Amino acid sequence: MSKTLFDKVWDTHVVRKIEGGPDVLFIDRHLIHEVTSPVAFLGLKSRGITVLYPERTFATADHNTPTIDQHLPVADPLSANQLKALESNSNEYGISHWGLGHQKNGIVHVVGPEYGITQPGATIVCGDSHTSTHGAFGAIAFGIGTSEVEMVLSTQCIMQPKPKKMRINVNGKLGIGVTPKDVALFIISQLTTSGATGYFVEYAGDVFENMSMEGRMTVCNLSIEMGARGGMIAPDETTIEYVKGREFSPKGEAWDRALAYYKTLKTDPDAVFDKELVFDGSSIEPMITYGTNPGMGMGISHDIPDAAHAEGGAATYAKSLGYMGFSEGESMIGKKVDFVFVGSCTNGRIEDFRAFTSIVKGRHKAEDVTVWLVPGSHIVEAQIKEEGLLDILNEAGFTLRQPGCSACLAMNDDKIPAGKYAVSTSNRNFEGRQGPGSRTMLASPLVAAAAAVTGVVTDPRTLIEKVEELV
Amino acid sequence: MAYDKFNILTSTAVPLPIENVDTDQLIPARFLKATERVGFGDNLFRDWRYNPDNTPKKDFVLNNPVYSGKILVGGKNFGSGSSREHAAWSVYDYGFRCVVSSFFADIFRNNCLNIGVLPVQVSAEFSEKIFAAIFADPNTELEVNLPDQTITLLATGEKETFEISPYKKDNMLNGFDDIDYLQSIKPEIEQFALQLPL
Repeated sequence: MSKTLFDKVWDTHVVRKIEGGPDVLFIDRHLIHEVTSPVAFLGLKSRGITVLYPERTFATADHNTPTIDQHLPVADPLSANQLKALESNSNEYGISHWGLGHQKNGIVHVVGPEYGITQPGATIVCGDSHTSTHGAFGAIAFGIGTSEVEMVLSTQCIMQPKPKKMRINVNGKLGIGVTPKDVALFIISQLTTSGATGYFVEYAGDVFENMSMEGRMTVCNLSIEMGARGGMIAPDETTIEYVKGREFSPKGEAWDRALAYYKTLKTDPDAVFDKELVFDGSSIEPMITYGTNPGMGMGISHDIPDAAHAEGGAATYAKSLGYMGFSEGESMIGKKVDFVFVGSCTNGRIEDFRAFTSIVKGRHKAEDVTVWLVPGSHIVEAQIKEEGLLDILNEAGFTLRQPGCSACLAMNDDKIPAGKYAVSTSNRNFEGRQGPGSRTMLASPLVAAAAAVTGVVTDPRTLIEKVEELV
Repeated sequence: MAYDKFNILTSTAVPLPIENVDTDQLIPARFLKATERVGFGDNLFRDWRYNPDNTPKKDFVLNNPVYSGKILVGGKNFGSGSSREHAAWSVYDYGFRCVVSSFFADIFRNNCLNIGVLPVQVSAEFSEKIFAAIFADPNTELEVNLPDQTITLLATGEKETFEISPYKKDNMLNGFDDIDYLQSIKPEIEQFALQLPL
């Protein structure tokens, strides 16, 4: 029978099917961080059970960590306690632990791929909804709750009903200034935040085929924002080139075997999806959100839709625009911006900083804007320096912070103050997401850069002089 | 963590007719710093429930003494966003045993089922009826019958059936969880692991 890419990976990992229930799914790689794992370890202790395969779990601290002065003790006692719990739990069970200060520390969804933990055709879970990022490699990767973290620790399995399958095809040539983030925000704006709930998505078409691994990770990362459990892209030469030789990638004979498996990972030509969508890539423009969920996005040159054209009820829509301080029919261009955040598991990779730098080069940070540039990992941080981007950034009035999740969810001190507006390259613009009362506009690193140098929402295409400067 | 068995729940309900209620509203990230499962009920809907100075916001439904009960009725696409199980813990620890909505986000629904909160998905029409009934009479009761998989507006007798897999239903009725099951098949899992491609 013809199978989709998703079927192939899923079926390979089903230990058993339960009549009238979920599948027992084996998990190849398990990533943990300080926030969603402590209660799972407590659960193990209270049940008197242990970790079955410690070598399949990897711990990194990211959600809670400061992004300046990481060499100093963490000031917030609650955060410090969580970081300590991750370390002691990892040590107790023999799990690799990349804590604060460790050279491999960084955002879980950035370091996983960088070190080759992420592999095509693997099943990967983490107590974090943006685990979907790893789908960029043709893995089945999705976020789980803490009860499931405990399941994976103790048995390397979780119990999941097999989701439905959706394929999203985007073909055509992307316009100037249109990045993978814009492609994802465009798709979410078309589907809404619940449009893919119950589905696992495969992204297909030449727009994704032509994307770098970093770009694919950005797209798959945002799958959850349209309700999908995850999204994946079939591995190709770009994928294999990226994976080969990384620290935890298979070596020697194991690599040959893995490679043979990777080559099987594509949807059969006559395989059937429960839902199939097609979009024209050339119609996408740089995107920005105007509301309080990632589905409330539009092309940056458009006006905020009126309630009649919005998804959901008028009351919910009015609440959302009221929170943002925006009105129906307004243009976003020229709106005041107080903060700019570049980073997160969505856009904290080297390409994102290259894109940001391409716009700010030769310009200067706008006076009243606070800009936080937070690399996703030490590797990204080092690349920014090695490629000379840091010098350009410094010259333009910007500084670099240290790796972590930072203002994406504002668990550390990187909080946007109440009422202030942030253009953010992260993934969620929910009420208070970036700090109580904060107002978030999601966008690409290019839109973030345009805001950073002008102090207002600006179409980055008006600042792009040389097309070849762009990624 | 063990939870109370669920059989038939008859209760008044708390209405929250807002769509796309996300997990950052259910429990903001800054309250996720605990290393034990304590205190989450106090911070359920923290920023909708309290002002920055920690005084209650009078217009939020959880601060309105007229509404109470063990059932939370939410708008469409309830629980979107993060995978934080803390959101489901907050709902449970506050005292809700059941959330009713015309549509649930996937991970939140799953987390609820894993910790003993029953997610009951109803039609959009029935959801409207429930909201109307509660607003007309806050003392109106709902009956959520897990064995029969029905939810009934007791005032009028109008009812709908809801979906739950036989496996999860059995778990909820008996207070079992998936870890109990997985532990019981561990030898099979270890055998399976030997033949994996990666």
